[in-house]
Parts: sequence; structure tokens; C-alpha cells
Amino acid sequence: MGKRVGMEVSIAAAEAVKQANVDVISAYPITPQTHIVEHLSELVANGELDAEFFCVESEHSALSVCVGSEATGARSFTCTSAQGLALMSEITYIASGLRLPIVMIIANRTLSAPLSIWNDHSDAMSIRDCGWIQFFAENGQEVYDHVFISYRLAEDREVLLPVIINMDGFILSHVIEPFEMIDQEKIDQFLPPYQPLYRLHPDRPITMGAFALPSIFAETKKAQEVAIRSSMPKIFEVWKAFGDMTGRYYKPVETYKTEEAETLLVTMGSFGETASVAVDEMRREGRSVGLVKIRLWRPFPFEEFKKATLGAKQLVVIDRAVSVGMGGPVASEVKAALYGYDSRPSIYNFVAGISGRDVAPSDFIKMADKAEIEIEEGNKEGYELYGVRE
Amino acid sequence: MTKPESEWTWKELPVGNVILEPGNASQYRTGDWKSLKPVLNKELCIHCGLCYIFCPDMAYNLDAEGFFIADLFYCKGCGICAKECPTGAITMVVEEEGK
Repeated sequence: MGKRVGMEVSIAAAEAVKQANVDVISAYPITPQTHIVEHLSELVANGELDAEFFCVESEHSALSVCVGSEATGARSFTCTSAQGLALMSEITYIASGLRLPIVMIIANRTLSAPLSIWNDHSDAMSIRDCGWIQFFAENGQEVYDHVFISYRLAEDREVLLPVIINMDGFILSHVIEPFEMIDQEKIDQFLPPYQPLYRLHPDRPITMGAFALPSIFAETKKAQEVAIRSSMPKIFEVWKAFGDMTGRYYKPVETYKTEEAETLLVTMGSFGETASVAVDEMRREGRSVGLVKIRLWRPFPFEEFKKATLGAKQLVVIDRAVSVGMGGPVASEVKAALYGYDSRPSIYNFVAGISGRDVAPSDFIKMADKAEIEIEEGNKEGYELYGVRE
Repeated sequence: MTKPESEWTWKELPVGNVILEPGNASQYRTGDWKSLKPVLNKELCIHCGLCYIFCPDMAYNLDAEGFFIADLFYCKGCGICAKECPTGAITMVVEEEGK
């Protein structure tokens, strides 16, 4: 096994990018993603990583450079947060439409206004439909591991899609965690050099990014949708190969103490670890409560989610972003996933922890209490912004 | 040869919709955008080639008799050739329906 070290999650993420032997890094610093870019800049400057580091003038350019470099067959990386992602959003759709296997880490941060540098998922939700495979990491080790998983998956000839690794800003990005680093020889075996299917080269001219008339556009979108939906078996395959190498097996939906649980908390991202502490406490009190954690956001793992939740009496979905005028985005996906089942659980939705407000284990217990009471009283589709002062 | 794009199925599209055949824009008919078409009065033409130079769609070609003639498969009917012609040899006329 690899070395076990204590390291800031952002630094470990940058180390993973180095170990993935990228050719191009193009990024613009923004809190809380900054430490990743700074560390990569150092690694390139001191010769530890043989890659081109592009100091661009904006996030729009950062991802545009990656589109160009990836089109020539160079393994490319970028990372950003919040407003940076918003500025980049135009190009996110282009990268996926062109099927370029870029990997991006988003250190999730609240979108303005009001201006906030703290964590929530509003940035990730703003590009929910951009056509990238999207993971939400629960801890630092998952971020580190998913850099390798993402490149191997993205570059697979049967996938060829860009991948986003979401990690909660500050809550993950700025904390020191224990990491099991993977030996370079193992990484090199797991992640062979990128062999592009098509690439821009003067010897064999092709066109990328041509326009499409209405007579062909729908066909292009169908091809793209089929591609991301059929990436699911590949995601399982890559996770399996990674697990065989490291002993860490990942799943699209993780369950914790869900056996015969009447109430299931549903979370995404770093909420998971805190919620599991709350579940332990409630189980000690004899309550029938478990936890379901969504790791794979796109393509949405409908089958796995149904398997994990269909026996329960009620779900308490805790979102970390609000679709203003609609509610929590994870809750709406969950409702869509279960709509076809008569025996589906009641779903109560909280939006909590937006703009980095602390959500402690006691808060998860309060949310479970509230949801159980409300559902008991017949409010089966409740929604509220948790902890707001009235 | 590339078939018309209205005949492609989604399964036939190359990954990322790349165009593997260079130069196939020449098969794209832009001529059906126009409502006016250029008509040359050969008696006024001085063979200067300004129509050929100014045409934004490279629709003009030199024929065997030395006249520059607009290829109506590409001509969008913008009228720049008629505007630039120093002798007024080119007139924009309404395309007849069905032609």
C-alpha cells in the first residue's frame, strides 16, 4: 500500500493531478480553489511536473485553453469555484458537446449575490445540465482518488466525456486530512497515456466545433445523451479496477445503516460524514434511521438510488443549494427517480448549510425529528430552508 | 462523399460531431437563401474581376469566354457584386418562383 500522510486536501488534489501526469494546466485563481492552482504552479515551476501551465486572464479563458489543448490530444486540467465557474459556464457545454475528456475540480462555493466566499452547491447546480460526468466527494481521499478515476473514465474510447469532481470549499479544500497516497508505478498502470480518438493535427485535418442546422442538431444531442447514459457501466468498471488496486471501492450511491430503516437521510458531498455521526447517535437511541449518500450526480444513478431507498417510509433530503422558486435540486431529482413507484417513501426536503453555515450532527437530528413529525401529521411534501431566523 | 445532413442518424455521427472530410463545406447549398440573383450584361462587362474579388462567398468563377459568372448554388444574393461593378454590368433581379 501507498504512504499514509497528513495533507491539506487542496495540496493532495494537486499532487494527484501531478501523479496523473497531465500535459496542460490552465486555471485562474479564485477562493477557495486557490491552493490547488498555487501548488500546481509550484510543481511546474520547480520541475516536478512536466506540463504547460497557462496563466490566463479569466476562467472563460481557462477552460477555453483546456478545450484547445485537449483537442490536440493533451491531457488537460482546470479547477475553479463559484463566480469563476459561472464565467466558465459557456465553455462547459462546449467541452462536453465536443466530447473532450477534460477533468475539472470545483471547490464548491456560493454564487453571489450577496457576495460570499463560503461553501454550498449553488455553483455546481448552475451547470447541472452541462453534460459532464459529475461526482460529489465526501472527503479528501475521495477527491484524490477521483482524479485518477476521472481521467481513466473520461479518456475511455467508449466514454470520451469531461468529468467534474465537486468538493466542498473550505470544509474539504482547506482542512488537513489523512491520505493514503498511491505509488506512482501503480498510477502509471492504472492510467495509461491518453490515446485520443480524434485530434487536431496538421497531417490529418479535421474540423471540431462546426455549427449544426436544425436538421441535424437533435441527432447530435441524442448521441451525447446516449453517451453519458451509457457511461454508467464504464463508471462501475473503473471504480472496480480502482478498488482492486487500492481496496477502496466506490459506488454511485452509498448506504450507511440503512437496514430496515424507516427514515433515511439523503445527502451529497461532505454532509455525509457529519450525517453519519448523527445516524450513529439516533441508532444508539433505538431510532430506525439510516443514511444514503449520492456520489454520482450525472449521470443520475436512478437504479441504484431506487434500490437504496424504496423500502423506507420517508426520506429526508438535505440539499446544499436552493433552486430559487423551486426548492432543493437534489430533492427534485429524488422525487423524479421515485415517481413511478406506488410504494415510494414520503419526501421531506431541507436546504441547509448554504453559504457555509455550520451543520452539526445535532442539526441533522433536528431535521430528522422535524420531518418525521411533519410527515406523521400529513405534510408529505414539506420543504424548508433550515435554521433561518424568523 | 458526405451525404446530406438531413439523412444522418444519430448513430452515424462521429464522436463529438467532428468533420472528418476536409473541405466539405463546398457541398453546402447557400444559394437557397437568396431572393435576388445577379444577372450579368456581357456587353457592359470589362472583365475587371471586381465581382470575383468582392464576392464574400467565393461564388464567382471565370468561364471559358473570360466572364466571371456567379454560381447560384452558392450565391446568397447579397448584391455586393452589383454595387461594386464599375460599369453597372450586374443587375440584381428577383428570382422567379420555383427556379
